[in-house]
Amino acid sequence: MIRRGGRVDYREILSESLSALAVNKMRTMLATLGIVIGIGSVIALISLGASSQKSIENQIQSLGANLLTVIPSGQNTGVVRGAMGGGTTLTTDDAKALSLANLPTVKLVSPEFSRRFQVIAGGNNTNTQITGVIPAYASVHKTTLSSGVFISDSDLTNMGKVAVLGPQTVSDLFGENSDPLGQSIRVNNQVLKVIGVSVAKGGTGFNNPDDAIYVPLSTAQKLLFGANYLSTIAVEAQSQEVMTEAQDAIGYFLLARHHLTDPSEADFTIFSQNDILNTAAQVTGTFTTLLGGIAAISLLVGGIGIMNIMLVTMTERTREIGLRKALGAKKSLITTQFLLEAVILTLAGGIVGMIVGVVISYILSLVLNTPFVVSPPSVLLAIGVSAVIGIIFGWYPARQASRLQPIEALRYE
Amino acid sequence: MISVSHLSKIYKNDSVETAALSDVSFEIKKGEFVAIMGPSGSGKSTLMHILGALDTPTSGDYVLDGQSVTKLSDDTLAQIRNKKIGFIFQAFNLLPRTSAVKNVMLPMVYAGIDRQERQEKAKKALIAVGLGDRMDYTPAQLSGGQQQRVAIARSLVNNPAIILADEPTGNIASAQADEIMKIFEKLNDTGHTIIMITHEPDIAAHAKRVITVKDGKIIGDKKRR
Repeated sequence: MIRRGGRVDYREILSESLSALAVNKMRTMLATLGIVIGIGSVIALISLGASSQKSIENQIQSLGANLLTVIPSGQNTGVVRGAMGGGTTLTTDDAKALSLANLPTVKLVSPEFSRRFQVIAGGNNTNTQITGVIPAYASVHKTTLSSGVFISDSDLTNMGKVAVLGPQTVSDLFGENSDPLGQSIRVNNQVLKVIGVSVAKGGTGFNNPDDAIYVPLSTAQKLLFGANYLSTIAVEAQSQEVMTEAQDAIGYFLLARHHLTDPSEADFTIFSQNDILNTAAQVTGTFTTLLGGIAAISLLVGGIGIMNIMLVTMTERTREIGLRKALGAKKSLITTQFLLEAVILTLAGGIVGMIVGVVISYILSLVLNTPFVVSPPSVLLAIGVSAVIGIIFGWYPARQASRLQPIEALRYE
Repeated sequence: MISVSHLSKIYKNDSVETAALSDVSFEIKKGEFVAIMGPSGSGKSTLMHILGALDTPTSGDYVLDGQSVTKLSDDTLAQIRNKKIGFIFQAFNLLPRTSAVKNVMLPMVYAGIDRQERQEKAKKALIAVGLGDRMDYTPAQLSGGQQQRVAIARSLVNNPAIILADEPTGNIASAQADEIMKIFEKLNDTGHTIIMITHEPDIAAHAKRVITVKDGKIIGDKKRR
């Protein structure tokens, strides 16, 4: 009877698989490239999505917590509705009344007037957002100072010619790492003294809190721009939980003040920070899924490439397979060997692709100035996925190889 | 050792049935050196495949080393080929780009023999066929005769019941063919059972018994010496 042998030495099978892959290096590399591109783009695009989401969240959150923003909207005049934010319907008196009303859900009220304007300091000039504020602004928007002081109540009552600058504006006007305290800037032919510099929050584009100038609200309205309305009333709610109630309370309060009864006629709009966050998360989420989906397609194509190569390999090695079977290799061993080759290909591609993906997302984060986010699960997932692709796309060729009849295979020329 | 009784193999091609072997019976005892002769198309290759457990007969029985080999699963047949049969092919069938010693080790990998024993046995077998100085050569670096000697070493390592050689000298220059036949004779002298398929009478002349096959039937069975 047949003596039962020991276990097959899988190290030997592995080393045979490796040397088989080494025979046709160019082909092996090209087959792997499909997986490298697939995994690389999945990782890069998902981390791009995650980092842009993070960047948007950071930016929105840096503008203040539990924040409600009231902006004027054009009144409905007949069928024409005025542009959002373009109205002049919110006044300092509205804000004052809102603050004095002591609504239980409202913590702080910050009336604001802002406009983009040209600012000159020495030989430099820049176009930036100038915001008229009251002292509560700093608390509502979580603005802290790296040096100097913020706008005070006395600045407000005296229409003080003072300004607090964002760090970006400082470097635009005075150069990097300079101390602008006590220096003068010119806005619309008025000279303002710099009394403070805010801490960087990180942000880009319009409404970048780092590229801003804060002046007393009275100074902005009367001295600089000659306006008697507000562009925004920012309200800090008592807590995250009462955001909706606060939104309603403010809405009804302002409707009453404006002698309006029907909410659809409201001449203002209230945004909650949550709304903005949710919308942003939804948009970036959809975007990430879309990008990930496109990358997944390239991964699928890479997998098919592996299958194709394995089928070619199988055909080329028909004689070898026949010989192995003649010498006593069982079906499962032939399957294992070919599957192993496919998995080595995809796993190598997965690891290289992962490195490429991380490097690309790092470069993207530098170029786009967004946080560099690579989640460990996505990396592990990529490696797992590449191994699974190897098994799925290597299975059919391996199975075909194991089913070859030894005589047919040996006869094959 | 080998007992073949009423062996038939019928190939069906569309609706045409071709009998490659019909009602073949013979016995081969341990230590014999048998040549199976016959022109091409005589059915000797089919016989060789069945004797090698590479194929199964349509009817009849084949008993190898006390075990019937007619109705077994692919994996069991693989195990029988691995343990009981040493194959030598006309085209050598060595793994390309693989050293002689690794080629010889292959049947032992499938037998589950551990690495150290594999290496020792493979080296011994290569020395026995006179290739002690060519162990790390790949088939491409060896002559036809040397390649066939590697194949002989490979056929011996699992200590098989029979050595099955299919036209072992068909691809080899005649001077080297004599060397191969000398190795066969030596193996037979040390007790190995050898079955050799050939169509060359001067090669068959090295065997002690010649079975002649024609049209799927045995037409001659002569013992020499």
